[in-house]
Amino acid sequence: MHLDHSHDTPSALGADARRPDGSRRALRIGLGGPVGSGKTATVAALCRALRQELSLAVVTNDIYTREDAEFLLREAVLPPERITAVETGACPHTAIRDDISANLEAVEDLEDEVGPLDLILVESGGDNLTATFSKGLVDAQIFVIDVAGGDDIPRKGGPGVTTADLLVVNKTDLAPYVGSDLGRMAADAKAQRAELPVVFQSLRTGDGVKDVAAWVRAQLAVWTA
Amino acid sequence: MSRAALLVLADGRFPAGGHAHSGGAEAAVRAGRITGGASLEEFCRGRLHTAGLVAASLAAAAVLGVRVGELDAAADARTPSPALRAVARKLGRQLMRAARATWPSDELDAVAREFPKGAHQPLVLGLAARAAGLGALDAAHCAAYESVSGPASAVVRLLSLDPFEATGVLARLAPEVDRVADRAVEAARGVVAEGVGVLPAASAPLLEIGAEGHAGWGVRLFAS
Ligand SMILES: Nc1nc2c(ncn2[C@@H]2O[C@H](COP(=O)(O)OP(=O)(O)OP(=O)(O)O)[C@@H](O)[C@H]2O)c(=O)[nH]1
Ligand SMILES: [Mg+2]
Repeated sequence: MHLDHSHDTPSALGADARRPDGSRRALRIGLGGPVGSGKTATVAALCRALRQELSLAVVTNDIYTREDAEFLLREAVLPPERITAVETGACPHTAIRDDISANLEAVEDLEDEVGPLDLILVESGGDNLTATFSKGLVDAQIFVIDVAGGDDIPRKGGPGVTTADLLVVNKTDLAPYVGSDLGRMAADAKAQRAELPVVFQSLRTGDGVKDVAAWVRAQLAVWTA
Repeated sequence: MSRAALLVLADGRFPAGGHAHSGGAEAAVRAGRITGGASLEEFCRGRLHTAGLVAASLAAAAVLGVRVGELDAAADARTPSPALRAVARKLGRQLMRAARATWPSDELDAVAREFPKGAHQPLVLGLAARAAGLGALDAAHCAAYESVSGPASAVVRLLSLDPFEATGVLARLAPEVDRVADRAVEAARGVVAEGVGVLPAASAPLLEIGAEGHAGWGVRLFAS
């Protein structure tokens, strides 16, 4: 048991950057986006890219199964005690935005039980284009869409596409087969997001994986500065 | 005392984790015991007069200042299912966080320290009500109402039940919720005089059995 749960200080309440024992808590990054866009695959790729240099943990928010957590366990991207599944009661956006209690508990328990941690990735259950993470839960968020969901998604915008700290357009390897115009997606994303970054990624070819990892490292550098 | 504070605490959107729980409704739907508005009403009535009465009494007793450790042990003794005891503590911990953020108080901090993994939710509800300046009857109303509002909103999702029908169920149960809250306060006063042994111990065996089965399902919408 960590100091957090000693008998001197009650547990933390929310997003405070310091834990009750005075140490800095882990940076929390949320990954949201439509069903099947590649959130879990991106989490797995990030774990593989960063686990040698950082102490990592993952929280998954499955909607009605434990599949995401089980996939990460099967792929052995992290030891099992570093992966926690939260149950969301059929409403993934509620659990990451309107009532973040179960997720906060999960991230704090991870820090207590396997800490100290540098970074916790919180994957939302697949949802719609308006689902964003509360600032009370995460410090930065990645929105993952894919080229097969239609190349008009960046144009349609919505809170996820427009305001996420990083937009990942995944599955670029599929673009030729589904007739998606990557140039148009890039231009529309630029129009919606101005200076906010966008990465085109394919987890099949490995394109963009390094860029997403580099963005996470940069967030962490700011967090620990 | 502020009347509106009661509305804040009783609001279904109060961010204390309840949205992920069905109060046993998911197991009852699967078992064919809830199939529509009428059976939802019967389910809720049963829950109100058993788990609801016990929860409301615990909440009221906490407001009246009965020792939390004793109430927590009494709640354990009245919850045969280990799965339900775990859920009650989990929800208690989540409610504690929300309450401490909403109505900061030394008493809440002290109980959070004493129960880092959570005390039973109804008594945390009582402490939250106390921190909000509310009385025992308010807390009992909250707990009794929650015992039926949770299943009703879950069934809207589980069966695509007409939301007007679900809300109608709650409205029809309202007079009974009032009576349960009154009984709970009376029981809580008895606890102050005679100890936790006199807390109601009404139980609903199907809720307990259903919760044990539900906890083992591989695929489910709600955490309980
Ligand atoms: N071709 C291709 N397939 C991909 C890529 N990334 C992910 N996939 C596949 O897309 C499917 C969905 O990926 P997941 O990572 O499970 O997607 P998700 O967003 O986590 O899905 P939910 O959590 O169910 O919303 C899986 O079959 C992945 O193997 C990619 O870059 N290219
Ligand atoms: Mg996933």
